[in-house]
Parts: sequence; structure tokens; C-alpha cells
Amino acid sequence: MSEPAVLPSPPAGAGVRTGSWFLNGDEAVAEGALAAGCRFFGGYPITPATEIAEVMARRLPGLGGVYIQMEDEIASLAAVLGASWGARKSMTATSGPGFSLMMENYGLGLMTETPCVIVDVMRAGPSTGLPTATSQGDVMQARWGTHGDVGVIALVPSSPQECFDLTVEAFNLSEEYRMPVVVLADEVIGHMRERVVIPPASEIRIVERRVPGAPPSPGFLPFEPGEDLVPPMACAGEGYRVHVTGLTHDERGYPVLDAPTQRRLVGRLLEKVRRNAPRILRCEEVSTEDAEVLVVAYGSVARSAREAVRVLRGKGVKAGLLRPITVWPFPTTRVRALARRVRAIVVPEVNFGQVAYEVDRCARGRARVSLMPLLGGSIHAPGEIADRVEEVLR
Amino acid sequence: MSDRTEILFAGFGGQGIVLAATILGRAVAIHEGRHAVQIQSYGPEARGGACSASVVVSDRPVDYPYVRDPGVVVLMSRAAAEKYGGMAGPGAVVLYDEDLVPRPDRAGAHPIPATRIAAGLGARMAANVVMLGFLAGRTDAVDPDALKRAVLEAVPAKHRSLNEKAFLAGMTHGRPLEVHA
Repeated sequence: MSEPAVLPSPPAGAGVRTGSWFLNGDEAVAEGALAAGCRFFGGYPITPATEIAEVMARRLPGLGGVYIQMEDEIASLAAVLGASWGARKSMTATSGPGFSLMMENYGLGLMTETPCVIVDVMRAGPSTGLPTATSQGDVMQARWGTHGDVGVIALVPSSPQECFDLTVEAFNLSEEYRMPVVVLADEVIGHMRERVVIPPASEIRIVERRVPGAPPSPGFLPFEPGEDLVPPMACAGEGYRVHVTGLTHDERGYPVLDAPTQRRLVGRLLEKVRRNAPRILRCEEVSTEDAEVLVVAYGSVARSAREAVRVLRGKGVKAGLLRPITVWPFPTTRVRALARRVRAIVVPEVNFGQVAYEVDRCARGRARVSLMPLLGGSIHAPGEIADRVEEVLR
Repeated sequence: MSDRTEILFAGFGGQGIVLAATILGRAVAIHEGRHAVQIQSYGPEARGGACSASVVVSDRPVDYPYVRDPGVVVLMSRAAAEKYGGMAGPGAVVLYDEDLVPRPDRAGAHPIPATRIAAGLGARMAANVVMLGFLAGRTDAVDPDALKRAVLEAVPAKHRSLNEKAFLAGMTHGRPLEVHA
């Protein structure tokens, strides 16, 4: 019997295209993934995320990686989960219609604690909607789209540079907390070109998969968590016996279909994100110290909001910007603190109100929350946001 | 907003409108070390039809990526001129392919037979590069050397000489070539 074929491990840092580039957001996502060590991509091309698949298809074979175009997005994420259990850092990229199809396996990935990255370059829905036009309509889908109670992480880039940086970060978080992590880009960011600086490999922080401390033994418990509630991961081919199921399971990985096991497992999965939230959370603040009106904006719209705040400050209006970089977990504590100080919070988003409700929940009636909805196709102009800020101050 | 220059390219799909904008953006963002954001009209049409691409350049980071008051408008087809020509305000410089676009009734419009010049060099496809050269010669939106460098990086080695000629033809069009001692 011949030895099974083993793909040679590419040298560390081999995928890093160090230098200054003029890339669009999609290309930067792909470069971020490769820099993070992603060596498997399973996907189904879809506007406006196709360029991610294109770069991965071009670059992965040369890095000892695998690119598979699957028959649909259900299979795409299934393949990604499988590759992750095969000890490969894995990713898929899609847009709304594909993200909807992935919801079942998103839940499977969360339940089985399978590290991977899911990129959703948002376009206007529902359904196939406006394929080529931007939207921020999938924010709540990333949070609640799969059934059951889940703790999730979703990062929202606002520039091609952040597409690179946050994709690296998404891989790191996925390994650190052993779970699928979502990158929520949007069409404007995905197709916008800007300078992207890719540092030398030695300067990019990479989190590698935590492996079990003890060698394989009959008593091995593949789902026994560490102090941070995260179990080290034993992958296929490493000699450990691991059973992986979407059913409620105990520390052995076997289905145990009773209430105590459900509470222990799902409780831990929720607590894993909740307890570590302070370390996961990221947001940017501009001129919030003395702000009378706060603008909460993310992704492409945050660019308009930043200009609006700058123009308003130039006119002496005390406006500030809070930009969630992790939209999940949501920067609840920070928004709550600012809501005590400001008179109103303006929330421009390219949907009919998603983050605005989260902001309203945090504000607890202490500040008026003014939603600026937009049903996709374009983003708010800075002047529109500035006008609303002045309106709520009157 | 005076630190912000917006450049709009418009033509029909297949003329290299998006590529022209990308080359200009790369020249500014990579070779000049200033800031540039490039975006394009994006839809199901592939070839034919009016399309546009834009670059916003600035000495400071660019927030809003869209064009509101372009300082330079490049028009390379009649349909594009009809659709996007109106975006050029009174202060804008308009560069247009005189064989493909009717003469705009305004000041600050500069004609060039870009496609004819490119065809004369043996490749109509290089009309966008002729236009980039013309832009470098008639505006101060971008450093001509940085732009030329970005053009040459964007084309395969075997077409470099042709594209260099196209760029220089555009840059010196209607003006005597300056001879440096």
C-alpha cells in the first residue's frame, strides 16, 4: 500500500506580496487571506465578490494550496469546513444570495467550532436584487441568519487597506476562538481601488491553530475547552479520534441529546464570544470627546460620515463619528457611554435600519436615534449626513 | 475641498476607460505617494454602452470616493459625452476625442484625435494612453513622469514602446515638443 499523497507545506510567509499596491477591496481581501496562511478556497463566483475567487484561483496553486469552484454556496462552505478539519486555513467569498445559502453550514461551523473565514461582499437584496449595486443589508443576517442561539464575529472594512488588514485579523480570530468569522464588505469597498501596503511577512501577526497538548490516547476529549473556553483542535490525519457533529455533543464530540449538555455546550459557545468581547471589539472614533451629535457609520458609508464630521467641525458644529470595525460583537458599552453625553445619534446605513436598532438599544432613550435609511444602489453623500446632523441639533 | 481633484473618464466599454483611471490612480498613489481613490460605473454591460471611471486625488486621505465636481473630464464617445458631459462644471477642463465626440460648446475644452493617433501608431486600443498623455500635458492633476511610469507598468513588455509613443504623442499634441539641453 502506498503512502497517501501529502501536499508539501509551503514555507511560512510565502503568500505575502510585500509592497505598495493599488488594489481594489476584493483583491485586498484575497491578499490578506493568503498572507494569513489561507491555503484552501471553496466558492462559487458571484458579483460583486468574484474578484476574490479570481485572485485565489490564480495564486493558490503556486502556494501549494487548493482552489475548488463548487456547485453552489451550500457546498462551498461545506468544503471549507471540511478543509479546515483537514488542518488547512480555509475561506469562501460570496454575496447576499450565496450568504443566504450558507446560513445552514454557518451554523454547522459555529456548532462544530470550525475555524474559517466567510467573506460577504454585500449587494442590494432581497433575493438576487441589484447584483452590481452596494448595500449593507446583511448585517443582521450575519448575526441572526442561522437558526438557534449563536455568538458571532463580523468585521466591517471601510477601505481596501482594511480589507487586507481585517481579513488577516478574521483568520486570527477564527483560529483564536475556533469559529467561522465573517468579513462584511460592501460593493463600494470591494470595487474601490486605493493604495494597499502589505508589510513584510515578519511584521504580520499570525495566529496558528492551537493543537492538543497531549499525544493521541483513548481518553482524549476533543471538545474539552481551555480556560478561555476554546478547545484546542485535533484535525484529521493527526492521529486523534475525533467525531464531529452538528448535534448537541459532549466533550468527546458524541451526540448527547439532553438539556444539561445543550446548556453546557451552547452556553459555552455563546460565552466564548461574550466573555472575550473586550479583546475582540474594535471601533474607531473621530472627534467624539466633546461631541453633541454622534454619527455611527460603518463600511463605505463611514467614509461619507468622516467627511461630514470634518466639514461640520470646520463650521463649529460639535459632531463626532463612531465607526464599528467589529459590528459583531457590537461596541455596546462605548455607544452606551457616548449616548449619555450626546444629544442625538445619527445612523446612516445602506439598508432600512439594522445597526440603528442596535444603537437605539444601547442609547436606552438617553439620546434620540435618527436613522438615515437607504435602500441600496448608492451610499449617502457627506452633505446629506451633515444636513441631518444640523437638523437634529435644531 | 480645494485639496481634492476629481478626474472623470467616460467612453464606451472596451476603450480602456477603467484601465486609464486605474493607471492614473496608481501613478498618484504609488509613484507620487499622494492619495487616490478609483471607482467606476459598474453594471451588467460589458462592451459598447456608456461607461465611466473616476479618480479622486488629494494630498490627504480621500474619504468620499465619488465625483461631485470634476476638475478634469475626459470624453471618448458621443454616448458618454451625452451621459456624463453635463457633470463638467464651468471650471472643469474637458479633454475629448474630436473624431468621436461633438465639440462641446464651452470654454476649457481641448480636442485631440486620440483614436486616430493611436491607429496611426498601429493600435487603436492605445487611444486611452494617448488620452492619458494629453491629460498629463494639459493639466496639473498628475506628475507626467509618474503617469508615464504607471502606463509602462500596466502594459506587457512587448507593447511598452508603442505605449510610450502613444503617451508622448498625447502629451505633446498641439504643442511643440520641448527640447531639453
